Amino acid sequence: MKVDIFPTCINDALFPRTGQAMVALLERLGHDVRFNPNQTCCGQMHLNTGYRQDAAALAHKFVSDYEDADVIVTPSGSCAAMIRELYPEVAQWTGDHALAKAVSDVSPRVYELSEFLVNRLGITDVGAYYPHRVTYHPTCHAMRSLRVGDAPLKLLQQVRGMTLLPLEGAEECCGFGGTFSIKNPDVSTAMLADKVQHIIATGAESCTAGDNSCLMHIGGGLHRLRSGTRTVHLAHILASTQAEVWV
Amino acid sequence: MSGLHPQLPFPEAAKSELLSAQLRSNLRKVTHTIREKRLSAVAELPYWEELRVLGEATKNEALAHLSDHLLELEKNVKARGGQVHWATDAQEARELVAQIAERHQVRELIKVKSITSDEIELNKALDERGIHAIETDLAELIVQLSHDTPSHILVPAIHRNRAEIQALFNRELPGEGHLSDLPADLAGAARRYLRHKFLTTKMAVSGANFGIADTGTVCVVESEGNGRMCVTLPEVLVSIMGVEKVLPTWDDISVFMELLPRSSTAERMNPYTSFWSGVTADDGPQEFHLILLDNGRSKVLADQTGRQTLRCIRCSACLNVCPVYERAGGHAYGSVYPGPIGAILTPQLLGMQDHNANTLPGASSLCGACFDACPVRINIPQVLIYLRGEVTKDKGPSVEQLAMQGMRLAMSAGWRFEGAIKLARIGQGPLVQDGTISWLPGMLGGWTQSRDLGAFPDQSFREWWRERQRNQAKAGAPTPSDKSPANRDAKEPGEQV
Repeated sequence: MKVDIFPTCINDALFPRTGQAMVALLERLGHDVRFNPNQTCCGQMHLNTGYRQDAAALAHKFVSDYEDADVIVTPSGSCAAMIRELYPEVAQWTGDHALAKAVSDVSPRVYELSEFLVNRLGITDVGAYYPHRVTYHPTCHAMRSLRVGDAPLKLLQQVRGMTLLPLEGAEECCGFGGTFSIKNPDVSTAMLADKVQHIIATGAESCTAGDNSCLMHIGGGLHRLRSGTRTVHLAHILASTQAEVWV
Repeated sequence: MSGLHPQLPFPEAAKSELLSAQLRSNLRKVTHTIREKRLSAVAELPYWEELRVLGEATKNEALAHLSDHLLELEKNVKARGGQVHWATDAQEARELVAQIAERHQVRELIKVKSITSDEIELNKALDERGIHAIETDLAELIVQLSHDTPSHILVPAIHRNRAEIQALFNRELPGEGHLSDLPADLAGAARRYLRHKFLTTKMAVSGANFGIADTGTVCVVESEGNGRMCVTLPEVLVSIMGVEKVLPTWDDISVFMELLPRSSTAERMNPYTSFWSGVTADDGPQEFHLILLDNGRSKVLADQTGRQTLRCIRCSACLNVCPVYERAGGHAYGSVYPGPIGAILTPQLLGMQDHNANTLPGASSLCGACFDACPVRINIPQVLIYLRGEVTKDKGPSVEQLAMQGMRLAMSAGWRFEGAIKLARIGQGPLVQDGTISWLPGMLGGWTQSRDLGAFPDQSFREWWRERQRNQAKAGAPTPSDKSPANRDAKEPGEQV
């Protein structure tokens, strides 16, 4: 299948390995992976911080960059949710009918990585091998906005060599929330404290999730505490094989 | 806190609240307990999602023809011997209650727990005119006796512990001897104190959970029976109802009798539900006044996105599932409406120019738990995002605005973004130690106060992809995609600057 990827701005700039892992995984599954280098950002940060005109400009750019894509796969639940759930609102709030139309056309083709694999392709065993103890944090937007359900867990349960450890309070937000973490650092930190405490209590080497923005937050807390527990994006685990383990 | 008006921006107010160990432990315990109980109460009904949709639709209909329903309610309350008053704002509503009390020469009145009366700061206004309002809900009484303010819609004294209540009652409830800290003892003392008030007080004030237009009926839902006492024993009853509480028909009430108790206290049915229509000869209050309060609600109704806020039935399910409320507590919101619903209702009622209230839409990580729990499907995260836009719309230029514009510009084309990443990589130099940034200046310092940040790596994804394409071309391998970077970069389709 011809698969256009949307690595997202944050992965492009800060976590390029996640984009690479997704390419490795999709190519291993036999797909023709395409990347349009004009793409940048979905505009989520702008919208959620209150800058809907800037978000509208980036939404226009997104729909135009992906005009001829069959499917668009992104390793981020929140960016996929921005496009599918919030672009229509952006169009409405800015009175932009052209955007509304373009969005209704592109949005059914946008998939978060785990839902693409499980719901669209119907596979849960991607042939991954990851010899580590891992706990899984379901991210808020994947869970409550995209409703990916247990798609990521289904994928993780098939990974060979991996021990999957249950996480207490898994469905509670880690406290990131984009600029919330900067504008309300105290509440955000109080939320992170509980999340980090629960992760450390699992005894896992790594915490995984389908979104590097949440993992950047969780990982930032784990690193500050020198907990020795790391974060790893779901794509890295799924891309890993006996021949190459992605860290 | 006074009424609707926060005295501080949310981040500042939350900062000190977060440090209260008592508050944190009470909130964690109570919210988690109610959360679990609500889930099981809701799971009992296989048609819960349909009920939510029905609740949403019923409220939408009520709001779509609000003036018609209110006029019908007025007509039917009057036809049954009640009196109806319209209050544009808090001042008018307070004046109406005070005048009724003064006409009856009442120096003391009893109250059913009512957030609407707290919204208009009724007790304070009555006090200034020498009229003492006595709260009869146990937790409200605790809050009142300790000159405190409620911190939860349903559990107003959630931030207090048993020992504090014991000390308070020993000080404030005379003639009880020394009370132990046993809940039965404390509740018993309150019961005796309140029973005397119920039997001797001439006037009562209540709020209203629902007002039913076609029968002219007002409804109060409660747990302790104090409400039933207040609406049946006194001679004069005044009910203050926000205009959004109207339901078109008697049949509409059934859906809310299922939605409200399960969402609110996780009960199948609440213990006391009182309905009354006007005045009944020789039974209950012989004078009934219904005050219909606007106080900013019409303004909220006029906003296409914001108006869903008025569907709220004050169940407080959103508070109990909110990770921000769980940590910051109700007082941090600075308004009688705390939690996620407060974060959207308070600033809309006050107007987005209120500099403290307009920080409330930011008091959320947008995790979405509130929307899932809401029995009338208010999309709180959506309204929060919308209101953040309303706040920045009217603001002048700011560092944040410039940063956002700068980033949008950098993101207006792939090559510009690549340049920006390269600049960031150079700029971060002095901040990076062992691949980690542990200190950032200005606003970004909020991040590094408790979190590290990995540095920008040497190669971005787009740089890696281009190198890979080149290597594949060199090796003569077929490129997986026909979209070569050179072609796409030159075209820059859809560029929006």
